[in-house]
Amino acid sequence: MACSATAKIIHNPLMLSSSRSAEKYESCCKISGPTSLLGSKFLGKKLLSAKSAISPASRRSGAVVAVSSDVVKEKKLKSSSSAASNLLITKEEGLVLYEDMYLGRAFEDMCAQMYYRGKMFGFVHLYNGQEAVSTGFIKLLKQEDCVVSTYRDHVHSLSKGVPARQVMSELFGKTTGCCRGQGGSMHMFSKEHNVLGGFAFIGEGIPVATGAAFTSKYKREVLKENCDEVTLAFFGDGTCNNGQFFECLNMASLWKLPIVFVVENNLWAIGMSHLRSTSDPQIWKKGPAFGMPGVHVDGMDVLKVREVAQEAIGRARRGEGPTLVECETYRFRGHSLADPDELRDPAEKAHYATRDPITALKKYLFENNLANEAELKAIDKKIDEIIEDSVEFADASPVPARNQLLENVFADPRGFGIGPDGKYRCEDPKFTEGTAQV
Amino acid sequence: MLGVLRRKVACQGAHAWGLEQGLRVIASRALSSSAKETMTVRDALNSALDEEMSADPKVFVMGEEVGEYQGAYKITKGLLNKYGPERVLDTPITEAGFAGIGVGAAYYGLKPVIEFMTFNFSMQAIDHIINSAAKSNYMSSGQISVPIVFRGPNGAAAGVGAQHSQCYAAWFGACPGLKVLTPYSSEDARGLLKAAIRDPDPVVFLENELLYGESFPVSAEVLDSSFCLPIGKAKIEREGKDVTITAFSKMVGYALQAADILAKEGFSAEVINLRSIRPLDRAAINASVRKTNRLVTVEEGFPQHGVGAEICASVLEDSFEYLDAAVERISGADVPMPYAANLERMAVPQVEDIVRAAKRTCYRSTALAATA
Repeated sequence: MACSATAKIIHNPLMLSSSRSAEKYESCCKISGPTSLLGSKFLGKKLLSAKSAISPASRRSGAVVAVSSDVVKEKKLKSSSSAASNLLITKEEGLVLYEDMYLGRAFEDMCAQMYYRGKMFGFVHLYNGQEAVSTGFIKLLKQEDCVVSTYRDHVHSLSKGVPARQVMSELFGKTTGCCRGQGGSMHMFSKEHNVLGGFAFIGEGIPVATGAAFTSKYKREVLKENCDEVTLAFFGDGTCNNGQFFECLNMASLWKLPIVFVVENNLWAIGMSHLRSTSDPQIWKKGPAFGMPGVHVDGMDVLKVREVAQEAIGRARRGEGPTLVECETYRFRGHSLADPDELRDPAEKAHYATRDPITALKKYLFENNLANEAELKAIDKKIDEIIEDSVEFADASPVPARNQLLENVFADPRGFGIGPDGKYRCEDPKFTEGTAQV
Repeated sequence: MLGVLRRKVACQGAHAWGLEQGLRVIASRALSSSAKETMTVRDALNSALDEEMSADPKVFVMGEEVGEYQGAYKITKGLLNKYGPERVLDTPITEAGFAGIGVGAAYYGLKPVIEFMTFNFSMQAIDHIINSAAKSNYMSSGQISVPIVFRGPNGAAAGVGAQHSQCYAAWFGACPGLKVLTPYSSEDARGLLKAAIRDPDPVVFLENELLYGESFPVSAEVLDSSFCLPIGKAKIEREGKDVTITAFSKMVGYALQAADILAKEGFSAEVINLRSIRPLDRAAINASVRKTNRLVTVEEGFPQHGVGAEICASVLEDSFEYLDAAVERISGADVPMPYAANLERMAVPQVEDIVRAAKRTCYRSTALAATA
């Protein structure tokens, strides 16, 4: 593999998924640096050996093989751009998927605008480019199922059903936000829609998600309730090197918890490339090491993601245990709005821009006569209006009142202790008004 | 909501109990006619867990060795047999993982009791205790409360070395969103653990390994299964008028011994058992200081930013004019805990230290203590 000492790092997306137009992107890993020389050779070898170990797959409706300790049979899915003999989705489903992805994209673009206008502040992490993963998975869930995410959680919340108004208000820090302005961009919680956050620390959400799945199982087995709720844990490639990830793979598999671990591998952790930080970059392989299936899917293709998701969620609902799904995807913007995004090669970005999931779905819908231009434009318009409305709503909403500072620290506010007069502080009306001394 | 059975304790005669384990000890002792019941702290904790688990099926225990090993310190003895492996879970050695799983389960409606074999291991899970448990009710603006209890032995044991001997009361006590409890006697242990399990917020429950085997007298009220102590209220273990000594956990015992010694020498010391580090019962402490005008704070942990420092600040803010002497702060030595027995003794407060400090506060001024 050619190696230029001064070349920037270009990543060849792992050439496992057949439909990836990675073949077009034929140049290898041009990686600079001595260690990466070895890395690239090693990677090449590994890819080849992995490829040969994968059996030529069944057509799309094959089940994900539950593995004991063997290499997982990887699902080879048809390319979405080729005309399908039997369609993967109906028209209604297609429109739902399109609408959800467009909502995510438009929302995030609006966030960027608002941030640069100063309406939003702090850390804001945008999801542009990864919509297929969120839509592909979350649109298959029921309201009672749980989603746990990281700081890149706006679109997960939107897909799960949290109204755009509430998410936008939360980002503006207004009291009408889903967490009344107390959480912020990185901490979206919604009890109604079972979005359990929103965590700033990577890896933190994984045990929490595992706990939610544990509860589901506990309710079924100990409390004897009729509970088949599934939890999805979303996290990135960087998290897959974190100890908590492995701890939870172990326990989820040990106790057969109804959870799906969804890795949104966008190849970058801020400026650290996945290949530089991971000894074996193929994350899906970590699943079988713990006794669960590990599946790799093209995360830029919502239909493929949806198929894999159906299998994995179905498995969990039936009580067959967890699944690890690695979605290869890409974020079009920087890590956060404060990230100048200088380390990523423009060629790589350009390449992925051609594989925009929304454009791909549009193409599929047109080619299979599931929708026409006018219908999709109508959806676009509708979503644009929703977003505009959410911005206006957020703008017009009030900031939190002064007394909100001390609220919600405890569910039982006697946790604030006893005041100088010997009574519980929370019983003092001045305390709740925010004018008493803390 | 809790299907609580009222179990009346008769002091005389034999009883037939529903509880198999924890109260067997008491049942056997209660045959004498008018003797006050005594109970070890270990049994107190075990019985509290047992009763709460039987009252509410959402309560479950998770930790290392809590099941088949009957608990590393036998606190969870018998629970596996009684409630089964789905409610008493032995975990792999993954504190971050299982503390997080507990938090996730609490988010979604269950009531976990997570045991850390010692609180030193809680440092592996501290991200979950603080970031996902303590802060979540606030971040979600009240939508998601976390009714979880993290419990385990805290502080120095005997000869276990630097990595097994740290006291975490001050660290956890600094965090908003947590409640931090430090029981001393069996009554404290039972009442506070029950309160902690019933509480809708995350509670850090700091026990002490050396207290597990100690017996304390317990009244009939304490043995009742609905017994509960309020969180945030300290207890005046011993009334006095010359100097206030605040302490928590094992140091309460030392403070009481010191008070006995002081009494023989003509000093009347008031001993406050804090019971709750967060929220700290500042009202009780200040009321006591206003009565005695002198204060000695005792703790086992490191001195800088310790519980004593917070108490001193509180007293200075609220009762400055009432102080007749500078506040004395007794704490562990500012060193990692040594192993050699004589060095370890020097690194932890002893009764003589408390006595000396109390006397120092009394000699500082010739003015008589003002009575309340």
